[in-house]
Amino acid sequence: MIYFDNSATTKIAPEVLDTYNKVSEQVWGNPSSLNNLGEVAHNLLEQSRQQIASLLNVLEDEILFTGSGTEGDNWVIKGTAMAKMSHGKHLITTTVEHPAVMNTMAQLEQLGFEVTYLPVDDEGRINVEDLKAALRSDTILVSVMAVNNEIGTVQPLVEIGNVLKDYPTVHFHVDAVQAIGKGVQEAFMSDRVDFVTFSGHKFHAPRGVGFIYSKRGRHIEPLLTGGGQEHNLRSGTENVPAIAGMSKALRLLLENETEMVTKQKTVKEVVFNHINEFGKITTFSKMQSNFAPHILCFAIEGVRGESIVHAFESEGIYISTTSACSSKKNQASGTLLAMNVPEALAKSAVRISFDENNTLEEAKEFNRVFDILYHKFEKINSK
Amino acid sequence: MQYTEIMVRYGELSTKGKNKRNFIDRLGTNVRNSLRGFDDLVVKANRDRMHINLNGDDSELVMQRLSQVFGIQNFSPAIRVEQDLDAVKETAVAMVSEQFVKGTTFKVNTRRSDHDFELDTNEMNDELGGWILDHVPGITVKMKQPDIILRVEVRANGIFLSSETRQGAGGLPVGTAGKGMLMLSGGIDSPVAGYLGMKRGVSMEMVHFFSPPYTSEQALAKAKELTVKLTPYVGTIQFIEVPFTEIQEQIKHDVPEPYLMTITRRFMLRLTEKIAELRGGLAIFNGESLGQVASQTLESMVAINDVTTMPIIRPVVSMDKNEIIDVAKKIDTFDLSIKPFEDCCTIFAPPAPKTKPRLDRSREFEARLDIDGLIERALAGVKVTKIHIGEEYLNENSSLFAELL
Repeated sequence: MIYFDNSATTKIAPEVLDTYNKVSEQVWGNPSSLNNLGEVAHNLLEQSRQQIASLLNVLEDEILFTGSGTEGDNWVIKGTAMAKMSHGKHLITTTVEHPAVMNTMAQLEQLGFEVTYLPVDDEGRINVEDLKAALRSDTILVSVMAVNNEIGTVQPLVEIGNVLKDYPTVHFHVDAVQAIGKGVQEAFMSDRVDFVTFSGHKFHAPRGVGFIYSKRGRHIEPLLTGGGQEHNLRSGTENVPAIAGMSKALRLLLENETEMVTKQKTVKEVVFNHINEFGKITTFSKMQSNFAPHILCFAIEGVRGESIVHAFESEGIYISTTSACSSKKNQASGTLLAMNVPEALAKSAVRISFDENNTLEEAKEFNRVFDILYHKFEKINSK
Repeated sequence: MQYTEIMVRYGELSTKGKNKRNFIDRLGTNVRNSLRGFDDLVVKANRDRMHINLNGDDSELVMQRLSQVFGIQNFSPAIRVEQDLDAVKETAVAMVSEQFVKGTTFKVNTRRSDHDFELDTNEMNDELGGWILDHVPGITVKMKQPDIILRVEVRANGIFLSSETRQGAGGLPVGTAGKGMLMLSGGIDSPVAGYLGMKRGVSMEMVHFFSPPYTSEQALAKAKELTVKLTPYVGTIQFIEVPFTEIQEQIKHDVPEPYLMTITRRFMLRLTEKIAELRGGLAIFNGESLGQVASQTLESMVAINDVTTMPIIRPVVSMDKNEIIDVAKKIDTFDLSIKPFEDCCTIFAPPAPKTKPRLDRSREFEARLDIDGLIERALAGVKVTKIHIGEEYLNENSSLFAELL
């Protein structure tokens, strides 16, 4: 089996699973309990937080645990809306965000908030001039993803941050779910960024756990109220085994980040160069540095994405139509449509996404299978 | 910037006449203790200055530790390069560029002890100054009070460049003013009192009273962890735990409630004095601040002091609570101090302690107790632990957890 669908989810790392199991068996107290079992669990929780904070070079109390990337996006956006609605009800995002942002914005629109969706160019990237024009005195939030989940575009976060230096009260949120460990940390953790969303299962941690970075001095309202966990900002008994596992997964991810990024880029390049030799291929992802090293989105003209996915699957290669979240709805990729790619071509798009464990051999095997399938599709197409 | 050495200037100790050698030796020891774990560096405590040769150890981390050692006025990180003008120029530009912001002014200040070097002092100033002007765009020269003074020392073993002076912690080297006993509770005030005593050169031992099962292991661990927070100034600290349950139970049983606190404090003081005598301590330090709580009045001090003739020093006596909290935050004990574990003072605290206890009444109530027996039994149970920099007590599993994580 060759697994090239790492942007959908990653396989939990054996060391992480080991931590998850050990903690589940041995440190199962409730961190809020006064007794010793609780105290030990509390200490492990806080040590996990410390480790994550120091890996990202931020303060401990700036890391807050969540149940998913989707929760993180919901929390920062709605939490900002609730905290700042008396200052203004205008939010800015882009036309290429993940549904966790898109649909949250839509929900706020229903509640009377106003949202500006910034357009993107033919590489899926926004222009900061559009942002400048969109900013208003009642703008409370700018939410921009770091790395696009469908084609891997890296957004100009540093430039956005520079624009927002003139708007110190506007919350700047970055969805970094696809960006962590992909060599762009300096951009999504730059000075002006206030909130960042992360999801564990995208970097070999268990499902059902994530975290946000929330800059000291910035405030969002909680979505989950209750027993007062996470400084009274996210109630609910902490998922200590998953949090400890995630802390470990993050360490493993960031320890050799540079090396691993180079490796993924090499694998991507081998596939990229190969498929570009074929006439009916359009590659939406590029090889340059303002694209993530692990995502390659392409279309075979005239063949539906779904057919391509299943054809590869029958050869033991797992890829995906543009994103796991939209793939079952038979919709064209939102990102590609926003880039003004014709709908027919957008529906022919597939995404392959790597992790640091993928090898050159796997890339070559993919290419071999690709050749066979391409010619097969050509026969169907020519009829 | 990765520096290769650090030059340390002494504080007030250089004015201390005959004792100077003691002070310098002690400071050398303290610096070495607080830099434990940096295996490559070499500390040389000379008469006028201290030199630390980093030999590749991380200069930022070393300076962080250094900034906490008492007896240091300030220090300057420096880079040693070979006697090669090109190397000097390159390093000088890198150094100045790092501190450069728009409008920065500078001058070069060369000293030369190696007179065989190709350039003399003035030539060196000119040559380097010109080079920097050409290679750091926007910088200007200013002779009087420039923002950056680039100091260049030409010595036989290389050329040393430094452009930055950082403040030290001031004070006197811990240990040069004798030994004191700090009555350490889990609160905000006593660690601050300990810190201030250490700043004036007192080598401090911690005396902590604990009353299981009324107080928890966590409260004891918290006191030890607070001690850890004070170790950067000295390296290691002795922690003395005194079992206090029997005494508190007896007092509760035999003494009228308004006098509980007074009698309890008298016992603590007696025990601390005895421990001081046994261990060569010359004074008792505590975190009492006047009028802060009902029992910390002058009348109360009179009633409590009665049991000892040893000096009782209260470094925070005249500070406001907010001032104490500021120091506690600075020395990073505040967040720990406010963790909610019951200590022996809070657990038996009466609802209405006597704010103006009478000395005669205190003596009279106390006479109901077997003072000598109680003191003797408590002293027999005393336990001493040596606490090192970087240890963890509240999270004993931290190294176990580190493997999991």
